[in-house]
Amino acid sequence: MSWNSHETLEKNSILLLIAIILVVLVGGIVEIIPLFRKETVIEPVEGVRPYTPLELAGYNIYIREGCYNCHSQQIRPLRDEVVRYGHYSLAAESMYDHPFQWGSKRTGPDLSRVGGKYSDAWQTAHLVEPRDLVPESIMPSYGFLLHKGAKLHDLDKHLKTLRLVGVPYTDEMIENAEKDAMAQATGEERTDIGGLQDRYGESVNARDFDGQENMISEMDALVAYLQVLGTMVDFETVEGAK
Amino acid sequence: MTATTTTEKPNYNDEIVKMFTIATIFWGVVGFAAGVFIASQMVFPDLNIEPWLNFGRLRPLHTSAVIFAFGGNALFATSYFVVQRTCGVRLWSDMLAKFTFWGYQSVIVLAALGYVLGVTQGKEYAEPEWYVDLWLTVVWVAYLLVYLGTVMTRKVSHIYVANWFYLAFIITVAVLHLGNNISIPVELLGAKSYSAPSGVQSAMIQWWYGHNAVGFFLTAGFLGMMYYFVPKQANRPIYSYRLSIVHFWSLIFIYIWAGPHHLHYTALPDWAQTLGMTFSIMLWMPSWGGMINGVMTLSGAWHKLREDPVLQFMIIALAFYGMSTFEGPLMSIRAVNSLSHYTDWTIGHVHSGALGWVGFISFGALYYLVPKLWGRERLYSTKLVSLHLWIATIGIVFYIAAMWVSGIMQGLMWRSYNDMGFLEYSFVETVMAMKPFYTIRVLGGLLYLTGALIMVYNFWKTIRGDVNEKEQQLLSQGAAA
Repeated sequence: MSWNSHETLEKNSILLLIAIILVVLVGGIVEIIPLFRKETVIEPVEGVRPYTPLELAGYNIYIREGCYNCHSQQIRPLRDEVVRYGHYSLAAESMYDHPFQWGSKRTGPDLSRVGGKYSDAWQTAHLVEPRDLVPESIMPSYGFLLHKGAKLHDLDKHLKTLRLVGVPYTDEMIENAEKDAMAQATGEERTDIGGLQDRYGESVNARDFDGQENMISEMDALVAYLQVLGTMVDFETVEGAK
Repeated sequence: MTATTTTEKPNYNDEIVKMFTIATIFWGVVGFAAGVFIASQMVFPDLNIEPWLNFGRLRPLHTSAVIFAFGGNALFATSYFVVQRTCGVRLWSDMLAKFTFWGYQSVIVLAALGYVLGVTQGKEYAEPEWYVDLWLTVVWVAYLLVYLGTVMTRKVSHIYVANWFYLAFIITVAVLHLGNNISIPVELLGAKSYSAPSGVQSAMIQWWYGHNAVGFFLTAGFLGMMYYFVPKQANRPIYSYRLSIVHFWSLIFIYIWAGPHHLHYTALPDWAQTLGMTFSIMLWMPSWGGMINGVMTLSGAWHKLREDPVLQFMIIALAFYGMSTFEGPLMSIRAVNSLSHYTDWTIGHVHSGALGWVGFISFGALYYLVPKLWGRERLYSTKLVSLHLWIATIGIVFYIAAMWVSGIMQGLMWRSYNDMGFLEYSFVETVMAMKPFYTIRVLGGLLYLTGALIMVYNFWKTIRGDVNEKEQQLLSQGAAA
């Protein structure tokens, strides 16, 4: 090939355009398409379930507030990270996140296994005013979540949309979305959580997360989401995980 | 190269270039100021005003303002200017060009309003929700039509190299935008949507997009700018035609593969990580090909570099480009990445590219454009250009040096153990250690912003037609001597 043959492209804009498109498509095709053979990418583990409606509302608040800008949800298989945060993240653990929340920066700590590490009261107080609990923290305050009612009435539509993109929500889950969210944020002392447990498992956290009996706030939703993070897989029972 | 030259100067559409130029300057100041503000929030958390002005909502505002508003408008302005000059024809459609202006500004405003109100897809550099994405698609198709239409009706036989880069930027950004924004809205009258892919797949697609927003928006597009304005300002032809061919095709082919280096040690399969790393290292060569081609264009005209601060802007831009495209491959090596990832080192790396390369090459182009577009003989003050250059350069050095130190320090603190084999530092101890460097970063950002404001003043005077008596005198003295 001589240098002159490049002239063909330099003289024909449509050919040049087509050549550019073909050249830039290769890398993406090779790296992305094989990932959709999910059986080779996502190792199946027991315990991973779709978010409950309340947790989903919390996940959406997490995205809305841009938490991913400062917190990762991806523990790398490096000694210090496993010691600091727990078992390294598995592909299955984020398979119902549309989109993923792995993040790219740790201005604050990784949150992929924060569930259950702190009490609801700690999480709520910390979100309201981080410096009350961690004086050196530079995290913004999220007190307004406590006074803002969580939007629950349209959660069925959210579940339905997620089912369209592959999350295995059943008809029953969709029908009961609002009811399940209310039950989860109220807790078994004051309401019947049997249906919620039937649909999402016995171990689902159901309680008044923000300590405000009179309302289901966005704080309830966000804390419910934080408290389930990383807790779905029981690593004691996963063979070869350690 | 044989080219048919027209003797008459075509009637170029410079009105649209002027509009985009003003928008570039305006959004530049907004974006830099937003950067200084969120950098200050990391030193003084009380500056977070919940809920609208919290860091999490403002950070996308800053990144979008500088990348898409400042950078995007600079690309529109220069590409419309360059394509007319290098093709010897007026823009293919004035109306459509005007539509791209108002369309693009409305995309920016819609996106920004969304961030502050909490409307976001939660994907870095692709935060706008589905309705803004659709609207941007319409605007972008119009841009492609205007650009391609102009190239197709050109009066010269060859398409100049700057246009290859602009074309690759426009078409690839379209592909990336469509590929990364496949989502289903919850309601047609609501803002919220869920992305079609999830978990690993969404991560890979996002960083295929994210890294190539750097590769095609911030690199290919700005190389197009470089290929026109550096030879023009230096009044020399491009150093090597062959090098432009080789580095163009290798750059666009290799860049696309580099995305997975953002996902080292994650749940993404190892083969994809290794491909990402390998291609990132290979990317070093075509990147430096572009730098060499730009810098060596000054062969035989090095003396101009001593006197002309506009040319200095462009050459320092290329130096930063060379530096950050060396640093990037280095950071893509898994072992290095295990330390650098999740830390401020990445932020520093991005800013040496954004402030140094993208910012400086744009300032250079703007200083070239403004007197030409408004029919002034020269800029109001060359001294102020010099002042801008040095203030901004010092600002960048403060910024990236602070981030190197804080990033590497935090990475090392996270992985240090005490004698007993326990982790030495709690997380918040590493946050406390960052404070002095976050303060230095604010200072660096302030200097950079100050430089930009000096530029605004200089442009204001230039456009008004004010004459700087002192410099004019010196100039005529020099001419007389």
